[in-house]
Amino acid sequence: MSHPRTLFEKLWDAHVVRAATADTPAILYVDLHLIHEVTSPQAFTSLRERAVKVRRPERTVATMDHSTPTTPRGKDGKIPVLDNAAAAQIAQLETNCRDFGIELHALGSEGQGIVHVIGPELGLTQPGGTIVCGDSHTSTHGAFGALAFGIGTSEVAHVLATQCLLQSQPKTLAITVEGQLARGVTAKDVVLAVIARLGIGGGTGHVIEYRGSAIRALSMEERMTVCNMSIEAGARAGMIAPDDVTFAYLEGRPRAPRGAAWEAAVAEWRKLPSDVGATYDREEKFDAAAIEPMITYGTNPGMGMAIGARVPAASNPTLAKALAYMGLEAEAPLLGHKIDVVFIGSCTNSRLSDLRAAATIFKGRKVAPGVRALVVPGSQRIKKAAEAEGLDRVFLDAGAEWREAGCSMCIAMNGDQLKPGQYAVSTSNRNFEGRQGAGGRTFLASPLTAAAAAITGVVTDARNLL
Amino acid sequence: MEPIKTFTSKTVVLPTDNIDTDQIIPARFLKATTKLGLGDKLFSDWRFSADGTEKPDFALNRPAAKGARVLVAGDNFGCGSSREHAPWALYDYGFRAVISTSIADIFKNNSLKNGLLPITVDAATHAKLVAAPGAEVTVSLEAETVTLADGTVETFSVDPFSRYCLLNGIDELQFLLSQEADIGAYETTMDRKSKKLESPRTE
Repeated sequence: MSHPRTLFEKLWDAHVVRAATADTPAILYVDLHLIHEVTSPQAFTSLRERAVKVRRPERTVATMDHSTPTTPRGKDGKIPVLDNAAAAQIAQLETNCRDFGIELHALGSEGQGIVHVIGPELGLTQPGGTIVCGDSHTSTHGAFGALAFGIGTSEVAHVLATQCLLQSQPKTLAITVEGQLARGVTAKDVVLAVIARLGIGGGTGHVIEYRGSAIRALSMEERMTVCNMSIEAGARAGMIAPDDVTFAYLEGRPRAPRGAAWEAAVAEWRKLPSDVGATYDREEKFDAAAIEPMITYGTNPGMGMAIGARVPAASNPTLAKALAYMGLEAEAPLLGHKIDVVFIGSCTNSRLSDLRAAATIFKGRKVAPGVRALVVPGSQRIKKAAEAEGLDRVFLDAGAEWREAGCSMCIAMNGDQLKPGQYAVSTSNRNFEGRQGAGGRTFLASPLTAAAAAITGVVTDARNLL
Repeated sequence: MEPIKTFTSKTVVLPTDNIDTDQIIPARFLKATTKLGLGDKLFSDWRFSADGTEKPDFALNRPAAKGARVLVAGDNFGCGSSREHAPWALYDYGFRAVISTSIADIFKNNSLKNGLLPITVDAATHAKLVAAPGAEVTVSLEAETVTLADGTVETFSVDPFSRYCLLNGIDELQFLLSQEADIGAYETTMDRKSKKLESPRTE
């Protein structure tokens, strides 16, 4: 019998086309390739230059999300063109998908949305598969027990042309979270706490498996939030073993197997969790009950703390530079710090449960004077579902903006952005300098914390508003 | 892609840790559909004021930095987004190597595919390089060495396959395309076992 294997090892072994040799890395097969408008055009150019076709067009699915406007549609239903370069890039993806026979969920279609939101929504994201995309937050799909990681544009071309990648095998890191989360503490707080401990480079070279009772207790949407930010600790991927929660989410989705094929698939998927006795290269343990609502104070996602804590001392040049950029005083509290913008959205926190959580705070309250609050659903389907239960009215009545689906202010290349010097509480994943607009300053937090800040106009502990 | 073998260059130093790809090339410059001209936007928000003028204090803007092909940067260089525009911008600007104490995974992979050599050195060597901006170094990919201005020779390693490709100016796609037999055999086995992504295209 073979040695006990981790979830990662099982997936890796099942997808090795040819093992690594002394001279060449392993060739790894890709089951599902997701593409979007920003990191794919040069890859298609590379295929055209070589007169190469897409090897398995049915294994690539495209959407438009990064550079697309999220401004509400005009009365005529038309999508406003805000930027000619972005419009050209979007048109290029349409051309590429048409020329190479790739399924496209285009802007304006009912399936459009953030690439990491629509994969799971369609049931394309399934346990046991390898999933790649020219986007670092591809780790999101690992929530289903898939091996999912971000790649560059050269590798997008590799996958289009050969359905394979050359890969060296990463190490494994178990993040075990045991116990029960306190009231008002969310999946976002869990992952921010993990990154705060590991540091932004702490997971480099590793694939994380999140495990333990607190992880098993999370819904699929919450698990996606956790896996999504694995890259913010430098990890290649994050994964969670599939279980009944996973199967219940997937069953009946448009692209999930049906009937006998479903039963057969579930039987296979049940074999995926790490074997008893399987070992990891490294392990970190967390006590769920000790995790507080988290917020970042600095310019990378590892610079996070409990919301009631004080900003650290500027003990090294990197921290000093971060605090200077953020305009924050060392050793001061963040609670009560004035903010200008609240952004609820992104592949981290734009799913229906995130919007519901935010709505519990917004309901019957008003956005503070002078604060701009954007609520941006992750997909057109989420938008529709939210509207069906009246969430859009809750946000609009409170004075927030209800937008079309897309990456929006997470990446600030679509018209949604901070002005220089503005402070935002954002449910997105990166607080890098200028990430949300040149000169903009970001505090990353959960949808609850973001919504609370929108209402009070300052950094607020949402537990006081629940 | 031109082969990299051995070259000598002065260095330019950005000692900050965790320089992310949003700093290397801000997202608003990712709307291009080609790789060309990104060097003009490299480190844009650090290099230029809002009015477009160069910030004189920024290392790349100092006269001594002109023509440098080796960037010495703080720990965990290239973290964050997977955008290959980051190595494209560095290469287009003129850089052929980045030296740090550690380099983020995706950025490293992307760099190796674009003629930009990611070099990891120990903290002591790094400290020497940081302390002497503009010093001449010789990088040899053949020998996998960096020779510092004081004559010290430090070694680094690049995975053998990437090294072969870089030394010969070969790209990895060509190699993968030549692996048809193995890929085809894998697909035949897999397709028999699994049809899970073959579900109807219409929803």
